[in-house]
Amino acid sequence: MRVVVDLNRCQAYAQCCYAAPSSFALHGPEVLIYDPAPPPERRREIERAVQACPVRAIRFEAEPDAPGQPGEARHG
Amino acid sequence: MAEALRAVVVGASLAGLRGAEALRREGHRGPITLVGDEPHRPYDRPPLSKRVLSGEARPEAIDLPGQAGLDLTWRLGAAAVGLDLPARAVALATGERLPFDRLLIATGTRARPWPNPAEAALSGVFTLRNRDDAAALRAALAAKPARVLIIGAGFIGCEAAAACRSIGLSVTLVDPTPTPLASVLGTRIGRVVAEMLRREGVDYRPETRVEALEGDAAGRVRAARLAGGGRLDAPVVVVALGALRNTEWLAGSGVAADAGGVACDGLCRVLDRAGRPVDGVAAAGDVARFPHPLFPDGPVAFEHWGHAVEQAQHAARTLVGPPEDHGAYAAMPAFWSSQFDLNIKSVGLTNGADAVAVTQGSLAERRFVAVYGRAGRTVAAVSFDSARWLPAYAARIAAGDAFPPILGATDQGRVAPMDPGFPQRPARG
Ligand SMILES: Cc1cc2nc3c(=O)[nH]c(=O)nc-3n(C[C@H](O)[C@H](O)[C@H](O)COP(=O)(O)OP(=O)(O)OC[C@H]3O[C@@H](n4cnc5c(N)ncnc54)[C@H](O)[C@@H]3O)c2cc1C
Ligand code: SF4
Repeated sequence: MRVVVDLNRCQAYAQCCYAAPSSFALHGPEVLIYDPAPPPERRREIERAVQACPVRAIRFEAEPDAPGQPGEARHG
Repeated sequence: MAEALRAVVVGASLAGLRGAEALRREGHRGPITLVGDEPHRPYDRPPLSKRVLSGEARPEAIDLPGQAGLDLTWRLGAAAVGLDLPARAVALATGERLPFDRLLIATGTRARPWPNPAEAALSGVFTLRNRDDAAALRAALAAKPARVLIIGAGFIGCEAAAACRSIGLSVTLVDPTPTPLASVLGTRIGRVVAEMLRREGVDYRPETRVEALEGDAAGRVRAARLAGGGRLDAPVVVVALGALRNTEWLAGSGVAADAGGVACDGLCRVLDRAGRPVDGVAAAGDVARFPHPLFPDGPVAFEHWGHAVEQAQHAARTLVGPPEDHGAYAAMPAFWSSQFDLNIKSVGLTNGADAVAVTQGSLAERRFVAVYGRAGRTVAAVSFDSARWLPAYAARIAAGDAFPPILGATDQGRVAPMDPGFPQRPARG
């Protein structure tokens, strides 16, 4: 999977870290670090993080190379 | 009829991909060809100077999401070498010509090389712009060099220094200015960064200029000679001297493009030499120079991630048109940088600021908001681990609010404006 966080938008609310602790973490008070390429079995977690983010900063794609696959979430 | 229109996007990175995506969203049905001189699919650059250098993210693991379902045609590893406006075609280095009805120029910037080409070519000397640059530098760092010399204390230089320290390497960071990030934040705030770098063990040397790099017989860099006589052993050198805009391929095309970028109007339409918009040709991202309603001094170009995303979307809307249906591009400039565990964020533009005031927190605690003023107006705000305040300042900047800002009764007392201490010759870090 591919994940990118809009770090201008991110306010370090850390909800993603609770929803998907193996993919998101805070370093210090507000540096969000994340796994840009989590394995497919974490998909449910990542989807939960996307939904949990109050500023919709997280974007992910399940199958970057399969044209026509939906598997995308977020917008804004 | 509309579905037969062909779109070409030159530059397959952040602005190119987000532009292609927005073309589809705005209703472009015809083919979209993405041309990129790098062999890679679009990937995210900010990790290159952070987690890729420290080894926490693999260079091949940072592809950008948002590529699926767009039905794109790729021309990767193929540089555009010319634009033929009368024929409405882009020429590639491969000899291929791509005809277009709609063209998005998103060729971004490249690292400014070390000025002496022979020294720049020594092995062990790196720049940091692309995935391949970062992979090569990462490999050199993984070999545990005795010291890493970083030339240039802008954002990329500071972030690279932090990444090197985080894996226990000895780092020397040199820059001719009095503090890190001096041209963007001013020396008053830059001093806070200098203190942090030193506390984290970076051998930071302000007002220090590297005059020459010395190689050994095998063509490996070995040391740096400093202006004024010093010498530093340096088996690995990172040249972080800012960026150059990739506009050479447009030479002779009739488009107004030079080292300052590709000239656009407020709708992102590319201008010809006479200053008229060229029909169906737009530009976005690091390469574009355009008038921004917030900045009266003339056209600006931003090298910020969020800008590449937003301007590409605006440009796509212009290309699908009609362009006049949406207003001029006026997104608030914003960027972030992370160094060690410090999060720096900024909104607005500090260019030309004549005063700075700490409005929340304190410099001593390294946790604050600094607001910049210019001729009595609030023009920028920078936060150190205090990002939640920034949206409110963005609104004040957009509204042209007075400086020093008038704070609510619950905020700490009065703010004391200081000289921001920008170095004489403004240069982007
Ligand atoms: C190491 C690093 C760290 C960064 N960190 C941050 C950060 O923390 N926060 C932030 O806000 N911003 C950051 N940025 C800036 C951000 O990444 C850029 O603003 C963004 O990448 C700009 O996107 P772009 O698509 O306009 O240009 P680019 O990403 O430069 O892409 C342009 C693409 O066009 C290609 N190209 C050039 N010429 C041609 C040609 N003739 N034919 C075909 N292809 C061509 C280039 O090779 C490149 O792939 C960072 C940048 C770097 C390099
Ligand atoms: S939930 Fe959203 S705002 Fe909060 S840390 Fe994660 S990405 Fe940032």
